[in-house]
Amino acid sequence: MHLILFIIFAALCLTGAVNLLFQKQPINSALSLIVVMTSIAVLYLLLGAEFLAAAQVIVYAGAIMVLFTFVVMLLNAGREERTLGSRAYRIVGFPAVAAILAVIATGFMKLQGFGDAGIQDRITSTAELSTVLFTKLLLPFEVTSVLILVAILGSVALARKGDAEGREPK
Amino acid sequence: MHLSQEVPLVWYLILSAVLFCLGALGFLIKRNLITVFMSIELMLNAVNLSFVTFAHQWHDVKGQIFVFFVMVVAAAEAAVGLAIIIAVFRARATLAVDRIDLMKL
Repeated sequence: MHLILFIIFAALCLTGAVNLLFQKQPINSALSLIVVMTSIAVLYLLLGAEFLAAAQVIVYAGAIMVLFTFVVMLLNAGREERTLGSRAYRIVGFPAVAAILAVIATGFMKLQGFGDAGIQDRITSTAELSTVLFTKLLLPFEVTSVLILVAILGSVALARKGDAEGREPK
Repeated sequence: MHLSQEVPLVWYLILSAVLFCLGALGFLIKRNLITVFMSIELMLNAVNLSFVTFAHQWHDVKGQIFVFFVMVVAAAEAAVGLAIIIAVFRARATLAVDRIDLMKL
């Protein structure tokens, strides 16, 4: 059962990621990225991370991707154009990324003592996660709230019309 | 191979490595500012997957907490990054990265 679910959602993940690369329209790339993120949420469930699976769907597939599709529509992003630069990056990119993949994959293959993943065993409950988060790691948690506040102010200031003094454009 | 068999955790790690490399490839070959940004999100997700796998292997909840913080930072980063993209589009009227290669207008 676990194997079937893993194969289905890993395949969905990879198809979505490859589709993101080869789509010309940004909106199609955004939709395939939503597929990737949702199937990663299922993989989190298979690994027993129930809170993160929910957070993945809500934060990534929900909030962040809605922001992305909103910006794609707001800026009316059309087909991307092929340029001389893109051919150069293609020639350099494929071998470079293949080399990175080879290095990471051999590193993972050499790991000793890695077990199997079962569905029933070792589910990290939300209570267990939040106990550590709100006792030991309370300060980092509070600092992230400051980070979010700064990000809100920064994005409003950046996306606003007008110049630095707040004057409206003529 | 029997279908009721358990999945080796290394497969999850390999999957996350492949996803990370697809994200890096997208970062290099895509020519649209928004799609380049989406490739960065894909790389973040791939790394999160390997964090959760390691947390599962070593029975340690800290790996999952790390993923939680990565999600928070990614949300903030997406908001600020998209605001920068909107500001760039307003100044240059294009999203092609080849035309946004100068700091000065």
